[in-house]
Amino acid sequence: MNATSSTYDEKQYSTLNLGPTHPATHGIFQNILTMDGEMIVDSVSTVGYIHRAFEKLAEHRPYNQITPITDRLNYCSSPINNMGWHMTVEKLIGAEIPKRAQYMRVIIMELSRIADHIVCDTVIAVDTGAMTGFLHLFQYREWIYEIFEEICGARLTTNIGRIGGMERDFSPKAWEKLDHFLKNFPTGLREFQKLVDRNRIFMDRTINVGGITVDMALDYGFTGPNLRAAGVDYDVRVANPYSSYEDFEFDIPVGTNGDTYDRYMVRMEEMWQSLRIIEQAVKNIPDGAYHADLPEFYLPEKQDVYNKMEALIYHFKIVMGETAVPKGEVYHSVEGGNGELGFYLVSDGGRQPFRLHFRRPCFIYYQAYPDMIRGGMLSDAILTMSSMNVIAGELDA
Amino acid sequence: MSTTAIDIHPSYQPEGLEGQGFFATSLDKVVGLARANSLWPLPFATSCCGIEFMATMASHYDLARFGSERLSFSPRQADLLMVMGTISKKMGPILRQVYEQMAEPKWVLSMGACASSGGIFDTYSVLQGIDRIIPVDVYIPGCPPRPEQVLDGILQIQKLAESEERRRRESPEYKALLAQYGIE
Amino acid sequence: MSELLEIVKNKLQDKFGDAVLASEMHYDFPVFILKKELVKEALKFLKEDAELNFHFLTTMCGLHHPENPAESEFGLMYQLHNMPKNWRIRIKTFMSRENLDMLTVTDVWKTAGWMERQEFDFFGFNFVGHPNLKRILNMDEMNYFPMRKEYPLEDMQRDDKNDKMFGR
Ligand code: SF4
Repeated sequence: MNATSSTYDEKQYSTLNLGPTHPATHGIFQNILTMDGEMIVDSVSTVGYIHRAFEKLAEHRPYNQITPITDRLNYCSSPINNMGWHMTVEKLIGAEIPKRAQYMRVIIMELSRIADHIVCDTVIAVDTGAMTGFLHLFQYREWIYEIFEEICGARLTTNIGRIGGMERDFSPKAWEKLDHFLKNFPTGLREFQKLVDRNRIFMDRTINVGGITVDMALDYGFTGPNLRAAGVDYDVRVANPYSSYEDFEFDIPVGTNGDTYDRYMVRMEEMWQSLRIIEQAVKNIPDGAYHADLPEFYLPEKQDVYNKMEALIYHFKIVMGETAVPKGEVYHSVEGGNGELGFYLVSDGGRQPFRLHFRRPCFIYYQAYPDMIRGGMLSDAILTMSSMNVIAGELDA
Repeated sequence: MSTTAIDIHPSYQPEGLEGQGFFATSLDKVVGLARANSLWPLPFATSCCGIEFMATMASHYDLARFGSERLSFSPRQADLLMVMGTISKKMGPILRQVYEQMAEPKWVLSMGACASSGGIFDTYSVLQGIDRIIPVDVYIPGCPPRPEQVLDGILQIQKLAESEERRRRESPEYKALLAQYGIE
Repeated sequence: MSELLEIVKNKLQDKFGDAVLASEMHYDFPVFILKKELVKEALKFLKEDAELNFHFLTTMCGLHHPENPAESEFGLMYQLHNMPKNWRIRIKTFMSRENLDMLTVTDVWKTAGWMERQEFDFFGFNFVGHPNLKRILNMDEMNYFPMRKEYPLEDMQRDDKNDKMFGR
C-alpha cells in the first residue's frame, strides 16, 4: 500500500453480493452492496431473473385464457389478480355483475388478502428469528387454501371466477369450511400477535428500520400496505370502490413512520379488517344468480355444453375467441396484496388484447429499496426486504 | 406410481444376513440407506412453485418427517437440488453454477411444469426446461404440484439414493452423461 | 368525470395551445393526446399546478401500433393521479420509429426510473437524460426489443419445435 497521508483518510469500502439465490432474499433478487463495515453505503439492484414475458404472452391469448397468466403475477394472492382481470374485461364490455357474484368475489379476495399477509408477516417474524409463528399461522393458510380448493379446485394458482361472474356457486362444504375458518382464525392470529407484536427482540429489530417518508413513498409510486404504513390512507377499495366494496364497513389502518414495524402492523390490522369484511359479506350475501347473463363472454357450464346446442356454440365461440369485443382502452385497478394492481387494456376488437399492461406494485416500489437501506445495517436490509413483501413473479412479470 | 416407493422409512431394513447380535449386508446398501434418509435439499425456489414448497415445509405437510428438514442453502453441503419455479434464460447460468458447485453424490428434482418444460411460458425469456442445462433425476408435474406430489417426488429421490451403486458416480456412463451437458 | 376532462383541457390549452392534439373520455378516464416535444413540460405542469396537482405517476407504458401511419407508430402512455381529489387522467403521445427519443421524467417522479427502463427494454424508447438507461428485465445481450409487434412471442432460437410436431 502506498503510505501517503491521503490514503489514510480514504475510506475502504467492500463490495458484497447479495443474491440472486441468497436464502435470505425470499426470491430471486440480486443486490450488489457497497459496505462500510456493517453499514450499507450504496446498493444496486438487478431484477429480471424470472422475467416471463407476461405482457407479450397476453397479446397472444384470448381473453379468457389470460386469467391463468394473472394467477402468476402475485402468486401469494392469485384470486385478487384473477378478479382484477375479470373486472377489467367486464368494464370493457360493459357488463353488470349480479350482487351475489360480487359478494362472493369480495369473500374470495379478502381471504386471499389474509393468505398474502400471513406469508409476509410470518416471514418478517422468521427473519427476526421467530420460526414458531410461521409454522403456527401456516396452518390457517392451509385452511384458506382448502376453501379455495373447494370453490375452484386449485390451491395456489386458482384461476378462480369467469368473465361475467363465478364459475359455480359455493358448495355447502365451502360454506362450512369458511365458517370453520372464521371461527378459528381470530384465535390463531391473536396468539401470533401475542407472540410477536410486543416482543422486545422483534421491536428492537424492526422499529426505525427501513423507514420511508410520505413524500418519498409517493415519489416512488408506493401503494398498498407500504404506502399506508408511511401514513397515506390511500386504498383502492375505498377510493374507487369495485365489486360492491362500498357496501362494507371497514377501516384503513395507517402507520406513521413507514418503517418495518409499521408495515408489519398495517398488514396485521388489515387481516382483522378483512375478517370483518368477510363476516359482513357472509351475513348479507343476497340470493340470486352467481353470474351475469352474458352468453357471449361467460363460459357456459360443462353440463350444458354437452346437452344444449346453444351452449355448445357459445362455448366454441368463446374458446376460439370468436366473440366480438368492443374497441377501446380501459384501465381498472384493484387493491392487490401489495398495492394498486392495475390492468391497462387496449382492445382492437380482435380475439386477443392489442396491448395489456400490468401495473405491478412490486416492480414500482422495489426501486426504492436502495434508498431505504442506505445507511442501515446489512441484517436490517434483509428485514426491510421481507417487510416490503417483494414477490418475484410480480416484480419481473 | 408403484406403492413400493413408500417402503422407505426409518425402520426399513435392507436384505442381509441376520443372526444373534449381528447383521451383515453389503456396504452399498448401508450407505444408500444412510444417504436416502438424510438428504439435505437445496431449495432453488424462484416463483410460484416455491410458495407451494413453503407449504410443504411448514406444519401441515411437514417435510421433516422424511429426513429432509435440514435445508442447506449452501450448494457445497447439499445433496439434492430442488428446482422450483420458472427458470429464465437470465437465471440459467446461475442454476448451472449452483449445480456445479454441489459435491457428489447429487440429485436434481425438478418441480413444476416450468422447471420441467417451460410450462405455460413458451416465451422468448424462459428456458424451456432445466434439463437443457443440467441433468434431472425426478420431474414433478403440475402447476404448481400439490405438496403431496412434492413429498412423493422426494420419496422417489430417496428411492434412487437408496438403490444407487456406490461407484456409479465414477463410472464412464455417468461421466459421459455430464459431458453431454458440458459439465466437467 | 367529463367535467375533469374540461378542466384539464382548458388548463392545458391555455398553457400549451395547440399542443393538445385530442382529448376524449375512454370509459372513466379523460385521455389527452399531446405533441411529443411538450409532453414532459405538460407532465411537469400538471404536477405542479396548484389546482390540478397530479402528484402521483400511477404507471406508464409503451405502445406499438404498426397499423398507424409511420409518424405515429410508437406511443407512450402516462397515467397520473391526484389522490386527495381522486382525479385520474391519461396522457398519450405518438412518435415515429426513427425518432424514439423522449425526455425523461425521472426528475419529476423518481418512480419513472424503472418504468422507463422497462419500456426501453421492451420497445427501445430512448429516454433522454435518464440516469441509467439499461435493460432491466431481459438479458443485456439481447439484441432486439421483444414487445414490438414484429417479433414473435416464442424463442426464435428454438430448434425442437418443428412444424410437423405442432401441426402448423
Ligand atoms: S409450474 Fe406453474 S406454479 Fe410452478 S412456477 Fe411455473 S407457473 Fe408457477
